[in-house]
Amino acid sequence: MTRAVVRPAEALRPQTHDEVDMSTSLAGLDLPSPILTASGCAAAGKELDQFFDITEIGAVVTKSIMPEPRSGRATPRMAETPSGMLNSIGLQGPGIASFLERDLAWLRQRGARAVVSIAGDTVDDYARLAKTLRMHEGISAIEVNISCPNVEDRGKVFACDAGSSSAVIQAVRRNTDSRVPILAKLSPDVTDITTIALACVRAGADGLSVINTLLGMVIDTDRLRPALAGVTGGLSGPAIRPVAVRCVWQIRQALPDVPILGMGGVRTGLDALQFLLAGANAVSVGTMVFNDPSAPLRVHRELQTALAERGFTRLVDVISYAHGYLDRDQQTLDPIDEDIDAVAEEQ
Amino acid sequence: MPIQYRSEVVSSRRAGQYHVLTLTAGSIPETTKPGHFLGVAIGGDESGLLLRRAFSIHGVQERGVFGGTVDIVVAAHGPGTRWLVGRHRADPLDIIGPLGRPFSLPRDPVSCALVGGGYGSAPLFMLAEHLRARGCRVDMVLGASTEEKLFGVLEAKRMASTVTITTDDGTLGETGRVTDALGKVMDDHDTDVVYACGPMPMLAAVADMASDRGVYSQCAVEESMACGVGVCMTCVLPVIGDDGVTRMVRSCVEGPVFRGDRVRWSDVGTIPPDTLGAPAVEGGTR
Repeated sequence: MTRAVVRPAEALRPQTHDEVDMSTSLAGLDLPSPILTASGCAAAGKELDQFFDITEIGAVVTKSIMPEPRSGRATPRMAETPSGMLNSIGLQGPGIASFLERDLAWLRQRGARAVVSIAGDTVDDYARLAKTLRMHEGISAIEVNISCPNVEDRGKVFACDAGSSSAVIQAVRRNTDSRVPILAKLSPDVTDITTIALACVRAGADGLSVINTLLGMVIDTDRLRPALAGVTGGLSGPAIRPVAVRCVWQIRQALPDVPILGMGGVRTGLDALQFLLAGANAVSVGTMVFNDPSAPLRVHRELQTALAERGFTRLVDVISYAHGYLDRDQQTLDPIDEDIDAVAEEQ
Repeated sequence: MPIQYRSEVVSSRRAGQYHVLTLTAGSIPETTKPGHFLGVAIGGDESGLLLRRAFSIHGVQERGVFGGTVDIVVAAHGPGTRWLVGRHRADPLDIIGPLGRPFSLPRDPVSCALVGGGYGSAPLFMLAEHLRARGCRVDMVLGASTEEKLFGVLEAKRMASTVTITTDDGTLGETGRVTDALGKVMDDHDTDVVYACGPMPMLAAVADMASDRGVYSQCAVEESMACGVGVCMTCVLPVIGDDGVTRMVRSCVEGPVFRGDRVRWSDVGTIPPDTLGAPAVEGGTR
């Protein structure tokens, strides 16, 4: 059984994939590729550079960095789940000083674009991190991981509260060079993600990263206890993709102009295409890197082919394209599949 | 540097309770050293099991009818490994290797004791070959709960000067654990270095025995991993660095082989309070 591939009526024939212009723009940042890594799934790029050329993708989004070194949580930190995994790493990292000296320096020397993810326990932690980053070159954007417990609010996660999210974003924006875009990374574990999205944009976020992991839990039925030492963990992987696409779609509906970096279970070029069609300006490949360390560049290539097959010559033309589906239903569609053309003629 | 390779199964054969899989591996064998491991993707391109399984490399062949090949030993104890042992000749597999930090080999021809628990013995035979080539004496101690769960007894007998077998139930060799037999082996042969691979409690006991006698030990750990290439931060354990500071280190890139006296065995599964960056308060995802 074949399905008709619908392409814009103006395109006369499928393009070959190298004719598709893959460049995009994210919050004023020009990227040669719409595919980025995702925070916490690529360390600081060096390990993945063994498997593909990290300068070929849009950017490396580094693992969230905190002011001081952090050991993270006890093990087990991970549980495999259907089409996904649960993690409870606890933001293990070397602290900002070591990050700048080693990781950022390496990314600069390598010529890779770096989106630096930051995380804190308090609003002031985020402000301090932004101040420190301000003194360094080679940062394409800052992603603010607000899915952390706010120790000043009884451990309530910043991203689950519009006021706390807003306070963090304001603090980062105030301490960041206006030429460096900041992205707020949103949690899907909220009643209405567009409310938090709007609060972050009003507080000065130049774009939104959508989505972080969903809070989940697995119980070990042999040991009769939680599978993770941290009890609960973040669920990621293809299992959460429909949730992520829905979040991108809702935010694009609510905020037609906000730049969005979409992510959640992207495995193939067609998965990335779903996010773009839903309204993402660029797409991160996260957990699938654990399965296939060359996934980001593979997804880029598959996406390029998929766009060509659908008659797009520029990636930017597909962004939010699905939102126009009702209008386009009024117009004549132009199916590629000739069998379906033939069937249509017979009727 | 590890290579991601589109491999094919050359053969899969039973060995006691285990399966030995021979896989095409391109140029991976050329850089493989004893103690390196292989990351194997499970279930094909659309699999719902996303995490790679890690297997220590049992043997390599650099050039054969199939080009370079590697052997791994698989125990079918979960859905991923059951899928893997169900592969047949010419089935495709996505593999990455060689991964990790291998065993370090002594410069001088010293006396070595190699200790394996269950199929943890898999990498020890390649190690024994390398040690023998350097003129080292090799004594092996293999243990398991029962005879069926021993791996490589015949291979060990071909390679080692002495082989001691232990089983918990006494179905083969001495009744007891490897550590019950290791002391005598070390005394009889003036062991200078102990190499070990197997379950964590066994490694802890072996490392302690070596340390007590002032003998250098190298242990290949088995920690559960998600990526195997150093990006997921899942497979960490507390290890004391050259500077005396304990850090949570990744067993996939800083291990799997560690100096036995550097791993804080009794603290594995916890964050010891004196670890660099140990929490004052818990917090955050990734």
